Amino acid sequence: MNLLSKKLGKSDWIGVLVLAAIILVLFPSVFSIFRLNLIGKYLTYAFVAVSLVLLWGNGGILSLGQGVFFGLGGYCMAMFLKLEASDPISTKIQSTPGIPDFMDWNQITQLPFFWKPFYSLTFASFAILLIPALFAFIIGVAMFKRRVGGVYFAIITQAVALILSVLIVGQQGLTGGINGITDLKTLHGWDIRTDSAKYILYYVNGGLLIGCVVFTRWVLSTKFGMLLLALREKEDRVRFSGYDVANFKTLAFCMSAVMCAIGGAMFTLQVGFMSPSFVGITPSIEMVIYTAVGGRLSVLGAVFGTLLVNFAKTFFSEEYPDLWLFLMGATFIGVVLLFPDGLAGVYERYGKPRLQKLIGRRSLKPEPSVGVAAFESGGKHG
Amino acid sequence: MSLNEIGSMVAMQGFSGLSLFTVLLLMALGLAIIFGQMGVINMAHGEFMAIGAYTVYLCSQLTQNFAPGLREVYFVPAVVVAFFVAAAVGYAVEVLLIRRLYKRPLDTLLATWGLSLAMQQFFRSFINPKEVSAELPEWLLGAFNPTPSIQVPKNGIFVMGLTILVSAGVYLLMLRSRWGIRIRATTQNRIMSSAVGINTDRVDRFTFALGCGIAGLAGAAFTTIGSTGPTSGSLYIVDTFLVVVFGGAANLIGTIASAFSIAQAQSLLEFFLTSAMAKVLTLLTIIIILMIRPQGLFTTKVRT
Repeated sequence: MNLLSKKLGKSDWIGVLVLAAIILVLFPSVFSIFRLNLIGKYLTYAFVAVSLVLLWGNGGILSLGQGVFFGLGGYCMAMFLKLEASDPISTKIQSTPGIPDFMDWNQITQLPFFWKPFYSLTFASFAILLIPALFAFIIGVAMFKRRVGGVYFAIITQAVALILSVLIVGQQGLTGGINGITDLKTLHGWDIRTDSAKYILYYVNGGLLIGCVVFTRWVLSTKFGMLLLALREKEDRVRFSGYDVANFKTLAFCMSAVMCAIGGAMFTLQVGFMSPSFVGITPSIEMVIYTAVGGRLSVLGAVFGTLLVNFAKTFFSEEYPDLWLFLMGATFIGVVLLFPDGLAGVYERYGKPRLQKLIGRRSLKPEPSVGVAAFESGGKHG
Repeated sequence: MSLNEIGSMVAMQGFSGLSLFTVLLLMALGLAIIFGQMGVINMAHGEFMAIGAYTVYLCSQLTQNFAPGLREVYFVPAVVVAFFVAAAVGYAVEVLLIRRLYKRPLDTLLATWGLSLAMQQFFRSFINPKEVSAELPEWLLGAFNPTPSIQVPKNGIFVMGLTILVSAGVYLLMLRSRWGIRIRATTQNRIMSSAVGINTDRVDRFTFALGCGIAGLAGAAFTTIGSTGPTSGSLYIVDTFLVVVFGGAANLIGTIASAFSIAQAQSLLEFFLTSAMAKVLTLLTIIIILMIRPQGLFTTKVRT
């Protein structure tokens, strides 16, 4: 911990503490459980936004398939919960009791083999983390070893998101189809639909998110983080210095996949269902815009960006449903054209100097090239 | 089932593959110019297609209300109008938006995705939230029967003809005209092109407009096959990108070959599997081939 605080620096800790205070103290004391549950849902998207700061903002690898990992994590959790909810007693009116209801509707009489291990919570928990990581590893190795990057990587990950969502929708009997996996009730006997359970899940979710934020910032402060920055700036130079670029990119991709999967699993727990509409292209790109609005370089910015876009989405789609997509489109365009560094960029430029003047500290100029410089002086081995 | 019947089944399935091929190819030709030549990831390409389709629909409405006698002839001018409307919108988008983002290709993706959301809502709010279809002239309806068991729809033949015409036009324009030389020169080396007196900004504007116009033509062709809704265009966008990438980004023959193989693979697989599984298998195959051969089927060697 001591080392960690040294690496992050003092002022960075203040940001994390402010975030933690907002999520864990401010929101629960201001909002009713209904709104708090909604915020908890938004915060699960923030896992994806944070993962994109690591992968896209700092690594320069734009994945348009983060919804795939969010969905895989969510589905793994949903499969466990669904099996628990479909015990033979509560499903006795079905023609085959003991299997999930949608399978029964689709004339499936036996639990498919890949559902069986999900009776075990231990297996499901490992699956939530390992299946997305493995999937990301396969995609990453296949792409990065062949030096597929940039735009092509974005398009192919997008196609992967399309494939998975079409597959889930198409295999209704095995996956619940377009409706997804619904009617989830208990986690190991603990009813997740009560208010007290929702409070607990909200805090667990908030804690995990802050954990991910701290973890991402720590990763970015290590030598690996420096290398990611260097990759973004001049990939060839890193390669010529003797680093195996593909391995670093794959590692970053796997890390981001695991974060998305945690978000997805928490989504299922808090919202009580999982459906293919969180897997496909549209949610994957929407999650990129959360990161872009918050600031693609800033881990904290990504969380605030997610919250802001989703608050706006809820407000506008309740009050002015016709305007929402126009506004969303304008936000995309405006952020890209005017504020490429998002909220965090605006804060760094206008907010921070004033704040520091107020406190009476000398302002620290941000150095965008610091990663490359450090890499050049330290990149001897490998 | 007799051998003859199987033969005609295959022929008709092949033909339905051909109509998917024509829509994909027309979309991909526009995108090959915008993405392959200019490097702009235009996620709103599907909406430019929708602009073309809606233009034909509006023309058909106008004809019905004001000049019902012209029903048999309005379609061909409407296709031309669709091209110019889509191209004009494309020109405006280039000037207002794309021009500022040439150095940040991944950001064009986000900005044009935003554009596509706004355009979809525009169609929904100002034209029709439901699917619409243009009133087709008599000569596009019905089918030929070369043998008693094979039916070839007339609209399919029209779209096929249009596709051949557009492909030939793009080929001549890109590879045989001075304008094409300027476009290719600008792609290959912007600084040198501008040094030898090519107005590269102007080339960019017209190239982008041309690509959008061709998407408009794709939309016009699409109206003869299906009905148009606010999100019709976005259904094809990922497939179109894959067609272009699979064919080798800047290569015309490659684009045609990849559109053909993807469309045929998908419609032949649909014969054996559900359409969802056919799509999954086709896309998966493309991705696996792209992993083995990231540069696509055909490549043009350019120095960058």
